[in-house]
Amino acid sequence: MRVVEVLEPGLFTTVQDLGREGFGPMGVSPSGAADPISLRLGNRLVGNTEGTAAFEMTLLGGSFLFLEGAVLALAGSDFGATLDGKSVEIWTAFEAKAGQVLRMGPTRSGARCYLCVRGGIEVKPFLGSASTHLLSGLGGHEGRALRKRDVLRIGETSRVPRKRRLSVRALANLQPRKVLRVTPGPQSDWFQESAQKIFYESTYRVAEESNRMGIRLQGAAISTASSGEMISEGVSLGAVQVPEGGLPIILFVEQQTTGGYPKITNVISADFHSLGQLRPRDEIRFERVEWETARALLVEQEKLLASEDLFLE
Amino acid sequence: MLELEPVAGVRNLHPAYCSLLIKFDALRMEHGELEAILRRYLERLEDVNLPEPRHVEVPVCYGGEFGPDLTDVCAMLGLTEAHAIGLHASVEYMVYFLGFVPGFAYLGELPKELATPRLGAPRKRVTAGSVGIAGNQTGVYPFATPGGWRLIGRTPLKMFQPERHGLSLLSIGDRVRFTPISRERFEALENA
Repeated sequence: MRVVEVLEPGLFTTVQDLGREGFGPMGVSPSGAADPISLRLGNRLVGNTEGTAAFEMTLLGGSFLFLEGAVLALAGSDFGATLDGKSVEIWTAFEAKAGQVLRMGPTRSGARCYLCVRGGIEVKPFLGSASTHLLSGLGGHEGRALRKRDVLRIGETSRVPRKRRLSVRALANLQPRKVLRVTPGPQSDWFQESAQKIFYESTYRVAEESNRMGIRLQGAAISTASSGEMISEGVSLGAVQVPEGGLPIILFVEQQTTGGYPKITNVISADFHSLGQLRPRDEIRFERVEWETARALLVEQEKLLASEDLFLE
Repeated sequence: MLELEPVAGVRNLHPAYCSLLIKFDALRMEHGELEAILRRYLERLEDVNLPEPRHVEVPVCYGGEFGPDLTDVCAMLGLTEAHAIGLHASVEYMVYFLGFVPGFAYLGELPKELATPRLGAPRKRVTAGSVGIAGNQTGVYPFATPGGWRLIGRTPLKMFQPERHGLSLLSIGDRVRFTPISRERFEALENA
């Protein structure tokens, strides 16, 4: 049995895969990787299936000891990784020999970096997924963020990665965006034209207290035209809700399944991965697109992800 | 109906009081296609025989450290604690839906005399098992989470257990009754 030992957990590192979808009627949030595209690509670099469980690191990476060695890849943001002191590139598979230590520092680009291990991180699945849901303490490694001296098992696999690098062209097309494309929300008409104008013309700043449940924004407050409380209803990933006070919150991967605030708009699926790379103090804007455009962008993105040209030998 | 006869491409359902959010795979179907399918389901809505509701009893130790807001609620509403507890335990509630966190059941309707607004500022941490009221709803916090409902008691029951079959103690449509218990009984049940 091979293991990885956590020497330093970093700021906030959890076990994530692509989440557990389908348990909304029980109030269970899908959870899963904040930047699913990076996780999927990182896994393919080491020869895993796309949804294999990996470490999701946030803003400041950890240090990990591979006692028996492992094939690894880093995906997402550049956390300045070194292997026994020698720097390693992201988006490229590499081998840690027995006893080598992989160290990461603060981010040099976006918010999240995935450490994918050939064979995957093995935890007891909860509702079919290894993802950590922090609020309820379910899934992942004991339902919590990793701590110093945690030891996690690495899975067995016979799959061998063939291509170990990502092409620069592919990366350019999958760059996280700061202008988020959105379609109308279920309560768009609760907001007057003037409020919508403010919302779409303003630049918002990501607040420090943002987390995997919600990305809180600072900037121009917007008011709802209707008074009175809304009846709670289902809410989806990427919904932009406007609570009292008028500062929008983008519902994120560990969102609650229902909510009672009006939603002005919804980030399109093709831009979900961009949400996972937003750091506190980043400046973002919203751009309206049609439903058809949103769908076409998703189809195009999946086509790119399915293409083998993405990878180089 | 959607759970019994799932539509291919539908990935998740988020039922609520008077709405249902349906999450689907946009790569597999278009909005219009799904809408057409769902309209056919809606036409058959009247023919659905709902199963007999389950009746679940939830023991609660009211007031004191278990229900830190009970005193305030009584002061606001001009009730004695015994009267407020009696009211809360007097009716059978229906589980309208589960949301917020795994296993959190939205129960209604609270007797009118007990209706109180949410706390102005939510607590950062509510103990698991806490029984809260907000507006005309009541519910039990399954996990230690933040929460803005006013807490009037606590149950020793586990509302959501990953190892248990069915996971959540309560499901949509269940009928729930709260029964007052003593501190001693609470401790006995908690250690059972």
